[in-house]
Amino acid sequence: MKKMRQNKKTEGDDMADISAPAAPSAPDAIPKKSLDLLPLALPLVIGLAAWLLIGSTTTWLTLTLAALAMGMMVFVIASGLTLVFGLMDVINFGHGAFIAIGAYLAMTVLAPLSGWVQADNLALNLAALLIAAVVAMIGTGALGLVFERIIIRPVYGQHLKQILITMGGLIVAEQLLHAIFGGDQKSMALPAGLRGAIIIGDLALEKYRLLAVAVGLAVFAAMQLTLNRSRIGLLIRAGVENSEMVEALGYRIRRLFVGVFVAGSALAGLGGVLWALYRETFTASIGGDVMVLVFIVIIIGGLGSVGGCFLGAILVAMMANYTAFLVPKVALASSILLMVAILMWRPQGLYPVAKR
Amino acid sequence: MADRIPAEPLLRLEGVHTHIGQYHILQGVEFDVPEGGITMLLGRNGAGKTTALRTIMGLWQPSRGSVTFEGRAIGGLTTPEIALSGIAYVPETMAVFSDLTVEENMILAARSGPLDRKRLDWIFSFFPAMQKFWHSPAGVLSGGQKQMLAISRAIIEPRRLILIDEPTKGLAPAIIEGMIGAFEALKRETTILLVEQNFRFAASLGDTVAVMDDGRIVHRGTMTALSADEALQTRLLGLSLDAHQ
Amino acid sequence: MIGKLLSYDPPKSRVLGVVLAIIVLGLALAPFLFPGAAAINTAAKICIFIVLVASYDILIGYTGIVSFAQTMFFGIGGYGVGLSLYFLGPTWPVLALGIVIALILGVALAFVIGLVSLRVKAIFFAMITLAVASAFLILATQLSELTGGEDGRTFRVPELLRPGTKLLEAPLFGLEITGRIAAYYLVFLAALALFLVALRLVNSCFGRVLQAIRENESRAEALGYRVVYYRTLASCLSAALAVCAGVLSAIWLRYTGPETTLSFAIMLDVLLMVVIGGMGTLYGAVIGASLFILAQNYLQKLMGVASAATEGFPLLPRLLHPDRWLLLLGVLFVLSVYFFPTGIVGRLTQRARK
Ligand SMILES: Nc1ncnc2c1ncn2[C@@H]1O[C@H](COP(=O)(O)OP(=O)(O)O)[C@@H](O)[C@H]1O
Ligand SMILES: [Mg+2]
Repeated sequence: MKKMRQNKKTEGDDMADISAPAAPSAPDAIPKKSLDLLPLALPLVIGLAAWLLIGSTTTWLTLTLAALAMGMMVFVIASGLTLVFGLMDVINFGHGAFIAIGAYLAMTVLAPLSGWVQADNLALNLAALLIAAVVAMIGTGALGLVFERIIIRPVYGQHLKQILITMGGLIVAEQLLHAIFGGDQKSMALPAGLRGAIIIGDLALEKYRLLAVAVGLAVFAAMQLTLNRSRIGLLIRAGVENSEMVEALGYRIRRLFVGVFVAGSALAGLGGVLWALYRETFTASIGGDVMVLVFIVIIIGGLGSVGGCFLGAILVAMMANYTAFLVPKVALASSILLMVAILMWRPQGLYPVAKR
Repeated sequence: MADRIPAEPLLRLEGVHTHIGQYHILQGVEFDVPEGGITMLLGRNGAGKTTALRTIMGLWQPSRGSVTFEGRAIGGLTTPEIALSGIAYVPETMAVFSDLTVEENMILAARSGPLDRKRLDWIFSFFPAMQKFWHSPAGVLSGGQKQMLAISRAIIEPRRLILIDEPTKGLAPAIIEGMIGAFEALKRETTILLVEQNFRFAASLGDTVAVMDDGRIVHRGTMTALSADEALQTRLLGLSLDAHQ
Repeated sequence: MIGKLLSYDPPKSRVLGVVLAIIVLGLALAPFLFPGAAAINTAAKICIFIVLVASYDILIGYTGIVSFAQTMFFGIGGYGVGLSLYFLGPTWPVLALGIVIALILGVALAFVIGLVSLRVKAIFFAMITLAVASAFLILATQLSELTGGEDGRTFRVPELLRPGTKLLEAPLFGLEITGRIAAYYLVFLAALALFLVALRLVNSCFGRVLQAIRENESRAEALGYRVVYYRTLASCLSAALAVCAGVLSAIWLRYTGPETTLSFAIMLDVLLMVVIGGMGTLYGAVIGASLFILAQNYLQKLMGVASAATEGFPLLPRLLHPDRWLLLLGVLFVLSVYFFPTGIVGRLTQRARK
């Protein structure tokens, strides 16, 4: 047939593969996906440039630690959002609501625990934070379930309505928080044991930032393990690439999606707790503020890619912290310039996800 | 085996209509897939073969008509439910998960548990490339290898029926020869509904045959009968004579 | 004549036609019909928002992409004119200069945003515009030597438009004809002209291609239309119109600041006006803006009353407090997108067709 004739020229290298295994075939060149390392150089380049511009190594180290802490928090928040997008093509502008709700829940939980928070005992301090974080995550996770059901599900596959409805959901949630908790600025003090810095020579490493970095790395590691080592993780990665085929293999992708959505909401809640403690004061619009960074991060990283999200978060946070020191007035604008530059280089983001 | 048509077919489509958006693609498709052997679904490009397979799989919902599998109506079921009832699907695009390794692709396909070593060896016996590239990401495989992976996924666990959409599309003749061997092994243990453009491939494997055109079935019969009747082939499939060499 | 002015796209329902005629007449005669500073302010605000909402509808309704930066362009218009008049003096050439600068800046920005975001996925556009608009808002408040920061800038307009200027010796129909009236008519006529331009635009070949892309992107691409090109151009034109609306706003208020031009609350107002009026029909902009601004004045007062009346109930007074105006809007917004996606104009035309 016509088709066969055309193809006689091509794919000759396949012939070896269907011959009997015994046949000595071409050299065993097993293809490996080439690791794309180029984007990993970006934080190094930015870090080096900042070091040269700042001129003081201790200042630079302090700023870099601040950047890593901020980057980890933004990553925790953004990772769920990027997976939800990758898996179901749903973009949730209401994600920020969970950040705010997480912060308010933690504040509510920490109030009666103030004895533990103020105790001069790191274990008690951390226990209080752990309880607050867990409650915040359970609360935001449960709300995520509700949000998915009533806000997102009716508008699957309709991007325009998705954007509008989820944005509306964000506003309603923020206003409800204002109505319930009052519109004034809230404060959440750091536990005694986490205030201040560890001093090494003339280098000051703030304790809370170290904790934030540790939490962020733990979340990243757990996520990588899940995605690469468990069946659920494989399903998520497969679903990001081609959800139809996952269904055709007999898996209910809808359930998987609800699970990821709930997990993403819970992570946003955790991120909200971390962020509010980092800032020490917040209002219900805390979510909206962070979301701007989150959007920049997931666009830079490549929508749907967890690794890209991690790298993007670090890049954006470095940019934000260095410029806040060097030219304070243009901090956010610098992140946007970074995003524009990266999109010029890679229009799909640093690690685009292969889509069907 | 060629001329045996059992009374109760494994799969039966009756008056199936499918709309994609505002387009009316399938317009009353009727055919049976008898138990055992290979049923060929032939037809020109754009005849609606892929749409028919997707409708069976629940990836499009039929707007009218019924799809019956093992005596049970599966027309309104979701894709996962249909898959769980024992139908496997190899789409035209192959849809291998390129970010996952061959092994991970197979792990997901074997949904009931760990990979069955013996069955795997059986698959390796006709698709040795799968063994060779076991730990490679599926994205780096060649077109033929991806097709083998897509088929391997469908057969890693026994299924009652396998839908395969144009497995020879874009493959070199030598590889197609290899595929014929694989399908011959396969059809001894399961039922296959195979969409093909390559008539020679179809003729060498098919038992029963249905031909589609313009969203309808225009011919049903045995493969032997169709193979023997060149005039009919030309009328149905628009084949030129030289297509048979 | 009228047909040509309306680009042969007249309102498709009789009720709609009558309502539109009433709105236009009401706005044309507002200073005479509703004397008083508050009323004329409302009328001017309606005129300005009709243009802003129409500019937004070109994007969301006709092109099918969501932007959160419309108020940024509105602000660029406001700041462009406002800062020019503030620093260079209240003359007409300066006003013209301000408009040109604002237009160039606005269109260039829209072009760059379109270029980086629309090339790959239309959904990037919503996120990127949100980010850029936030950055712009922060920048405008931070660069306070230039912009006046949070307080904004109060400036003087050319002599003819100042409230103190008397244009006629005797009152006309009992109305003192001051520069304020002149400014109102400048705003009104400019808004009318801009609206008609927008109408022409969406009914041109260009507008039809946009709608074809909205309906089926891949099909339009297959027909040979460069989707990115059309979308980017649409976003530039929409930005230009929004800049013009900002210019009118600055002229009218003689003030420009982040709260009145850039804030997210205004973006939400605009979104709501588009959805209520009806996406994908410019007449919806007229209806949505008029209805919304009238309701806004009235409803906020009503909320105060309701809040006081429910004193003693748990939570209710707080929910109904006028500060929770946005809550009401948010709920209204979600409900309208769900249950009322075609808006008022959509409903009216559907009924007319039956
Ligand atoms: N997603 C779709 N949207 C619109 N039309 C489609 C879509 N998929 C297929 N079609 C149309 O349906 C008809 C049948 O297509 P298909 O089932 O792929 O044919 P075949 O597999 O026989 O080549 C074609 O005319 C094709 O253009
Ligand atoms: Mg096909």
